[in-house]
Amino acid sequence: MITLKNLTRFWQKGLVRNLQTSSVLQHDALFVHRDTAEDNPDIKFEFTPENLKRVDAILSIYPEGHKRAAMIPLLDLAQRQYGWLPLSAMHTVADILCLPRMRVYEVATFYTMFIRKPIGKYHLQICTTTPCWLRGSDDILSAIKTQLKINVGDTTCDKMFSLSEVECLGACVNAPMVQINDDYYEDLTTNDMVEILHDLKCGKKPRAGPRNGRYASEPLGQPTSLKSDPPSPGFGVRSDL
Amino acid sequence: MANVLIRFSYLTKNQIGALGPISCSHVQHYSSPPPGTPPPQTKTKFGPLADQDRIFTNLYGKHDWRLKGALKRGDWYKTKEIICKGADWIINEIKVSGLRGRGGAGFPSGMKWSFMVKPDDGRPKYLVINADEGEPGTCKDRDIMRHDPHKLVEGCLLAGSAMGAKAAYIYIRGEFYNEASNMQVAIAEAYQAGLLGKNACGSGYDFDVFMHRGAGAYICGEETALIESLEGKQGKPRLKPPFPADVGVFGCPTTVTNVETVAVAPTILRRGGAWFASFGRTRNSGTKLFNISGHIVNPCTVEEEMSIPLRELIDMHAGGVTGGWDNLLAIIPGGSSTPLIPKSVCDDAIMDFDGLVACQTSLGTAAIIVMNKQTDIVKAIARLIMFYKHESCGQCTPCREGISWMNKMMYRFVDGNARPDEIDMLWELSKQIEGHTICALGDGAAWPVQGLIRHFRPELEMRMQKFHQQNQQKMTN
Repeated sequence: MITLKNLTRFWQKGLVRNLQTSSVLQHDALFVHRDTAEDNPDIKFEFTPENLKRVDAILSIYPEGHKRAAMIPLLDLAQRQYGWLPLSAMHTVADILCLPRMRVYEVATFYTMFIRKPIGKYHLQICTTTPCWLRGSDDILSAIKTQLKINVGDTTCDKMFSLSEVECLGACVNAPMVQINDDYYEDLTTNDMVEILHDLKCGKKPRAGPRNGRYASEPLGQPTSLKSDPPSPGFGVRSDL
Repeated sequence: MANVLIRFSYLTKNQIGALGPISCSHVQHYSSPPPGTPPPQTKTKFGPLADQDRIFTNLYGKHDWRLKGALKRGDWYKTKEIICKGADWIINEIKVSGLRGRGGAGFPSGMKWSFMVKPDDGRPKYLVINADEGEPGTCKDRDIMRHDPHKLVEGCLLAGSAMGAKAAYIYIRGEFYNEASNMQVAIAEAYQAGLLGKNACGSGYDFDVFMHRGAGAYICGEETALIESLEGKQGKPRLKPPFPADVGVFGCPTTVTNVETVAVAPTILRRGGAWFASFGRTRNSGTKLFNISGHIVNPCTVEEEMSIPLRELIDMHAGGVTGGWDNLLAIIPGGSSTPLIPKSVCDDAIMDFDGLVACQTSLGTAAIIVMNKQTDIVKAIARLIMFYKHESCGQCTPCREGISWMNKMMYRFVDGNARPDEIDMLWELSKQIEGHTICALGDGAAWPVQGLIRHFRPELEMRMQKFHQQNQQKMTN
């Protein structure tokens, strides 16, 4: 007879496996909305006057009758104004675009950059996809965890730092890298990471970009290409133009 | 994800006819090659590329990226004259150059652009630039947009004028905030200098370029998902047909192209299609941005000639594999979606479309991920499958359920907690996903697994054996 205790023991040894179930969409955040003190429909959200001008500018680039296209830029604008994206901001966007609220909810839950819960001042997003993982992103991640004493998905008590593990951020030749708010910090070592966090804690702005001495994505050391100055206009241009 | 995941089903029946004399009834016999055929290639050695033949002269941001610097490097030179040559001339020149889409699928660009040339039905046409670069390993478009944005803006104008488009939307991934702001500045400068907008460059042609930032979804790099996302909906791919060239963004004819494809167009048109076709083997012509990442001494992005041998490319620009070439285990040659190739194949692989198809892989976005012998190869691939699981939009069942399933199996394989016959099961599962979904994300997830099983089956079996031995010891103790 298999007792629960035995079963647990087998499981720990890896002899019993989970049953196959439908996939749960793995996402940092909950998909459903639950009213909380900081996020409920009664909270007021309005665009500031400067941002209202931006709203008009955003709406103007889409053709008449297709203003819905402005949804993602408007949600992003709301998130930048408020720090994260509360339910009432989604309602405001729905009103501007004259859409049912559901249409906004479905977009806000689909995209990973919309953060629907309060978040720290600095959002650390560490890429751990294969190219970064090959170059030691796990060490960077554990350095952040030990420095800030938080886990992935958590925010520090002082509401300064939030940590997320994200998929490829498109800076693979500068791996490993971390995105902090809008800036990329690249070619990191654990010491660099500690230094960046220290700077942020002290209120200084650390220098973004590669940390190993290069400027962008060129090979470190002697250049292997583009050694000479770029040719001037008209170089090699066909004669029949 | 760039358009790495576009299938050749892009073509409608009539268009397939244009690819070659497939249908017997209408075989045309030409005494000379049809117009738009690239000149035959006579070279036998490819690479290294000379500095004066590089298109992206400010790839590393050493020079000024703004309009003044761009003009000094030869951007916007004789743009008006090119537009005035007319759409047919531009499309023919692109055909002669043999340029193939740089987003991964490698579709001939001249042909793709020519699909947009059709009688006016009153709807405006749009050009959409796919800058939603998210394929693991790929970071070429980022360097174009932050350091050479005017190449892309000028490319939009020229490609747009060839298609008769009213406006271009550049869909950039949301995480590229600084890149998007560089692009926005470049566009604003171009408007101020009269290069865009009404009567662009004084050519009498009206053209607008707009930026649109996404919000973090790899699937939006698939062209129809990108169109959905641009319309303010969830990024879920549409069924084709209708193809975007018939019904695209806002219900209008649309062409979606990769950043690099459009950004190289102005230089091709200025220097001539034959110049571009002189690089690389026939059908694989041109220069290309390669991203070399992973276990490499000097990871870098570099522009090189197509058809350059893989080993030469890595040794010349990236300082070689960490621990030497003999320490190489495997390479993923074209971004995460392409199957890996082991060292024995890498020794004489050639970096172009045909060369890599011959190795049972593909060029994809030319993002080379190098793994040396210290790599846990099974975990590396398992991590990629986790990426696809995270990024599946959830629309098609084979992809949504199948990739989760593959992910679970792969992580068991990392430990070896499986039976050897489960390898066949995983292979079968990957075959069930491949080709049974609306878009090609499912294919992209299946291929890395297939590549792993094809070349590293003994490694997988060894792990399983070791795991079971250890377990038996545990049980007896």
